[in-house]
Amino acid sequence: MQPHSPVDPQDQPHVPGPSLWPVGFAVGVVVLLVGLIVSWWIAGLGALVALAFAFLWVRDLTVGTPLTHTPEVPPESPTGPALPATDGPAAMPLSLSDERFPRSKFLELSTLGLGGVIGGIVTAPALGFMIAPAFLKQGQKDHDLGPLSDFPEGRYVVATYMADAAQGEVSRRTAYVRFNGQQNGQPSFSVISNHCAHLGCPVQPNGPLDEQNKKQHGDVTLIPTISIAGFGCPCHGGQYDTEGNRTSGPPVRALDRYSFSIRNGRLFIGKPFSVSHVDGAGASAQIHKWKLSFPGEPVSGLESWLYPIQPPH
Amino acid sequence: MATRRVTRTEQLQQTILYPVDWLEERSGLVGGLKYFLFRKVPGDINWFQTLGSATLTAFIVQALTGSILAMYYKPDPNSAYPSIQHITNDVWAGWLVRGMHRWGASVFIILMFMHMGRVFLFGAYKYPRELNWVIGVLLLAMGLAEGFTGYLLPWDQTAYWATVVGINLNGTAPFLGPFIAQFLQGGTYINADTLARFYAIHMLLIPGAIIALIGLHLYLVVRLGVTSPPWSREAAGTGSIIPSRNGGRRGLTRPRPRRSR
Ligand code: HEM
Ligand code: FES
Repeated sequence: MQPHSPVDPQDQPHVPGPSLWPVGFAVGVVVLLVGLIVSWWIAGLGALVALAFAFLWVRDLTVGTPLTHTPEVPPESPTGPALPATDGPAAMPLSLSDERFPRSKFLELSTLGLGGVIGGIVTAPALGFMIAPAFLKQGQKDHDLGPLSDFPEGRYVVATYMADAAQGEVSRRTAYVRFNGQQNGQPSFSVISNHCAHLGCPVQPNGPLDEQNKKQHGDVTLIPTISIAGFGCPCHGGQYDTEGNRTSGPPVRALDRYSFSIRNGRLFIGKPFSVSHVDGAGASAQIHKWKLSFPGEPVSGLESWLYPIQPPH
Repeated sequence: MATRRVTRTEQLQQTILYPVDWLEERSGLVGGLKYFLFRKVPGDINWFQTLGSATLTAFIVQALTGSILAMYYKPDPNSAYPSIQHITNDVWAGWLVRGMHRWGASVFIILMFMHMGRVFLFGAYKYPRELNWVIGVLLLAMGLAEGFTGYLLPWDQTAYWATVVGINLNGTAPFLGPFIAQFLQGGTYINADTLARFYAIHMLLIPGAIIALIGLHLYLVVRLGVTSPPWSREAAGTGSIIPSRNGGRRGLTRPRPRRSR
């Protein structure tokens, strides 16, 4: 038994012959549906009836009554050979193919053009919606870390805070803050980011924390360190000194830092920036400051040419 | 065709096959499927040539288990991790489906590489199949991107920091790197939208692309035929070619003898 080949030239549409069995089939289905509500064995009975009649119906179809007549297909031109298009009363102008802008060409181009325009109108906002928000309004707001008295001189304090309360815990950031004493009558701070300059893991202070003196206000937690020998990264072993200079491992530059400001005797953490290296230490340190870059990108030297443009941070 | 009484078994057969015929006559799908399944392949085809189908199976498993996981998973920073715990510990057979998806991810990638190795060692990437190699490379990239985006979804410490490292790795690509990284995390830092972004890419964008590419890939496989192994005597024309009864080449699949009825 072969399935009917659709390319068989002898093929006729398989119009089913007349049959009464569908009536029984329909009755069976109704009984089945009623049975679903009323009781299971009525449903079963309905199913049996429907199946039996379905079988009879399909058998009827396969036996099929051969079509007794083929529908007449009217011949293409009933009055003898067709006239050439340039002859007779409905003649087309001779120069059809010489037209410089034939209508079919116009329709083709306008279909493509319109399709392109519609596609563009739909796609452009969607793509923009996907891409633009990642680059817009990225600015960091200054964040209050607490009164200056919370920061003992010469010791790093582990400060964590929520950069955006609306986003919740995802936006929690950590900075290491050290009060360097007065510099020209102004309080001086080192505010170091915990983002490793290799690939962004959280660097840890190399030394014990003073958990007893932990302070908490709002979303800010401050834990002083006791005395640390720099910072280390748990991911690939990058090491930094207390100024954030790389001392060993894969990082390509020093740790990023944050700007800061002091208002009403409170310390505010500001915008982050990248640092190639730091000369000196403490209040008199000279920080070589660069535009904020992603971890792993050198900010000075030849390799920094590979990253000429930074997206707006 | 001589007229003959239709026997009872033949009638029964016809009755049973009627729906198949019905479908075939209106869509050609049955013939198409038969063509796909019973097409001729070289007689000395090798077991390694099943690696492509194995990869396809692994992908289908990922698609199915992933769709089921999506019924319980919640892609927002506060509930992602608890929802994973819920799937693993509470939902009936959740541990199994999650395990299938997680281990299956590695199986899929490994199979893809093995399939690629087979294609390479057999020289099956050569004319006229270069384009299929190129499509394969795209599939490989998409598959790896699936692994990367899926890894973040459990939202535990490993997931989070591996993704930080992965995003920043992308950031070190010359020139465009910083933009790619910022696009991936949807901002300067990983933020509330990053997880949902990865989820959408993981379950909608990339799988859609993979399905389309697999379609093209298989179309080319069927259109161009499968290569013989490099040691094939048959393909080199130096071996004995034993013609089969009905004129085809010796093979795993023999075309059924045509009987006219
Ligand atoms: C989602 C991943 C993939 C799937 C589902 C897939 C599936 C398949 C299947 C079923 C075949 C035919 C059977 C076989 O030769 O094994 C095939 C052939 C082929 N694949 Fe893939 N493949 C994938 C990835 C790749 C990759 C990564 C490459 C290479 C970069 C590749 C290159 C090829 C080539 C060149 C052929 C033709 C081989 C021949 O004609 O002998 N494919 N693929
Ligand atoms: S991320 Fe810190 S050493 Fe690699």
